[in-house]
Amino acid sequence: MSVKSYRDAINECLAQEMERDESVIVLGEDVVGGSGSKGGKEAIGGVFSLTAGLWGKFGDNRVMDTPISESAIVGAAAGAALAGMRPVAEIMFTDFMGLCLDQIYNQAAKFKYMFGGKAKTPMVIRTTHGAGMSAAAQHSQVNYSWLTNIPGLKCAVPSTPYDAKGLLASAIRGEDPVVFCEHKMLYMSQGEVPDEPYTVPFGKGNLTRQGKDVTIVGFARMVTLANEVADKLAGEGITCDVIDPRTTSPFDEELVLESVEETGRLVIVDESTPRCSMASDVAGIVSSQAFEFLDAPIKMVTPPHTPIPFAPSLEWTYLPSADKIETAVRETLEGR
Amino acid sequence: MQLSREQLEQAYRRMKIIREFEERLHVEIGKGEIPGFTHLYAGQEACAVGVCENLTDEDLIVSTHRGHGHCIAKGCDVKGMMKEIYGKAGGICGGKGGSMHIADLDVGMLGANGIVGGGPPLAVGAAIATRNQGKERVTLAFGGDGSCNQGTVFEAMNLAVVLKVPTIFVFENNGYSEHTAFEYAVGSGDIAARSEAFGMPAIKADGADFFSVYDATKQAVERARKGEGPATLEFAICRFYGHVEGDPQNYRGPDEVKNLRETMDCLKNFRTRVGEAKLLDAGRLDEIDEEVMTLIEEAVTEAREAPPPAPDALYTDVYNAY
Ligand SMILES: Cc1ncc(C[n+]2csc(CCOP(=O)(O)OP(=O)(O)O)c2C)c(N)n1
Ligand SMILES: [Mg+2]
Repeated sequence: MSVKSYRDAINECLAQEMERDESVIVLGEDVVGGSGSKGGKEAIGGVFSLTAGLWGKFGDNRVMDTPISESAIVGAAAGAALAGMRPVAEIMFTDFMGLCLDQIYNQAAKFKYMFGGKAKTPMVIRTTHGAGMSAAAQHSQVNYSWLTNIPGLKCAVPSTPYDAKGLLASAIRGEDPVVFCEHKMLYMSQGEVPDEPYTVPFGKGNLTRQGKDVTIVGFARMVTLANEVADKLAGEGITCDVIDPRTTSPFDEELVLESVEETGRLVIVDESTPRCSMASDVAGIVSSQAFEFLDAPIKMVTPPHTPIPFAPSLEWTYLPSADKIETAVRETLEGR
Repeated sequence: MQLSREQLEQAYRRMKIIREFEERLHVEIGKGEIPGFTHLYAGQEACAVGVCENLTDEDLIVSTHRGHGHCIAKGCDVKGMMKEIYGKAGGICGGKGGSMHIADLDVGMLGANGIVGGGPPLAVGAAIATRNQGKERVTLAFGGDGSCNQGTVFEAMNLAVVLKVPTIFVFENNGYSEHTAFEYAVGSGDIAARSEAFGMPAIKADGADFFSVYDATKQAVERARKGEGPATLEFAICRFYGHVEGDPQNYRGPDEVKNLRETMDCLKNFRTRVGEAKLLDAGRLDEIDEEVMTLIEEAVTEAREAPPPAPDALYTDVYNAY
């Protein structure tokens, strides 16, 4: 066990899984970096350096720089998976999913069902999501909510270095296509991470704070904000369950329902825009299955139904914050 | 080439504005003054200006993530651009777009683009529009060498040929897509030949020489205006900074940028060319340099002092009606 960054945890996982299983291959734009250049290969290892060092260890056939061709990257990963590999494709920013969506939702996600159950598509699409860097409307989005809407596809949204490593290992070893969403604001965050390989299962949420008054469900970076609020309110004697579902598909309904049955109050914090979001999905699950336990309306803390603005002042207004979560918790305690 | 004195002065002024705009941004970004991801255009000025000097306000361009030069060449307001990049009120897009999304429809600039390959299909559609409106306008899609590998670009090139619309695909080949070299990523090693295979003419030119860019563009634009269909331009050029500000540039050779600044500086080239041909004298160019430095200084000062956008701006302009 040692303290590692979220980024290093992911990098370590990739190296270990590639070591473990030679069918694991990595492909994407600049995942080696410097291909064909004077400085030579491995100049970077991905724009956020997530794949640094892999090419040096595993070589050309297993770590492949691609041209800017998202559709071919994801399609090639799906084809390689059908033919027996375990590809890990990188889509540099999740905002670029539009270019390769067909290969995800008409191809990879449906093979098993359409092909009489015979097909396995063990592939992972790693991608960066989330706002907070003034990267503006086309480089800051989260889209796990609409990816979760796709049957046959799984989706992970790790919030800690420990989960990032363990969930990625599960994704790589599993037999289904997975979109693995890494929050760009969390890359430098630190946490305890075992040195040896391990897995964190999909569909099992994590109770990060325990309390009795309010349940807060958060996704990805929102978990860190929810924890902050829970810690602050604990000082006043208000205690919260904070749940990090870790994966949006599959989703740990049980953990959320059990918690709400105890607390009777629910605040959901989601970086997605509110319509057809994970926030509205969880609200739907709880209100349809645990209505009688609710003592107050469910609160959703999300951005507004707008694109993401560039100006930092507007971007921080757009995003959920600890203050907004705290207000929602207090309102739900007042039955509002 | 029969450019008037005024045209030559405008071309030089615009190239110089782009250069100094970018050089100054590099400094200000280094101080942590500017948020977000900024891709500087320094080194490529002759491409944007050589192309756009063939256009009127009525003609249209679509741009890329490296769009500041295209904006300035097409006549966008420089001070408004600076405020935009600072994320301030009064920015050309209200501070909501930022460096990667600068647009000004009033001067025919249909937007920078954060998505590589996002622009060329738009340029085909814009050309359908101007054709149907019965105007002899053209639409140009700027793109990098890396963008030529995107499926959207293939589709747009073929569609433009099929529909025979006045779209011109401009590839500024600066040798890199992010950290990956052109030689690695473009299989055939020849963007112009690839474009020709779609059924349109393609011209290669020296992107560091304003005059060769201008002449090549002129041919393509004249054809397109006459209804003879699309064309491709491929310019060999280099960028003086990293892919994005903060890029450590480990993929470049030791003195690569230094050498490029010495041998492929389009502003120096321009000065030499107009001097030797006695078209403009050095004194006049020096005056322009001074005007430009004042403009950039004012732009930065005004951008720094401008307030942030009003908080309510977050919610406006999502729809026209909802
Ligand atoms: C669809 C998409 N894929 C990847 C990126 C990330 N990206 C931004 S610019 C760039 C390289 C573009 O290279 P090129 O087209 O040669 O333009 P240059 O940067 O050299 O001006 C990449 C890969 C992106 N913005 N959009
Ligand atoms: Mg390039």
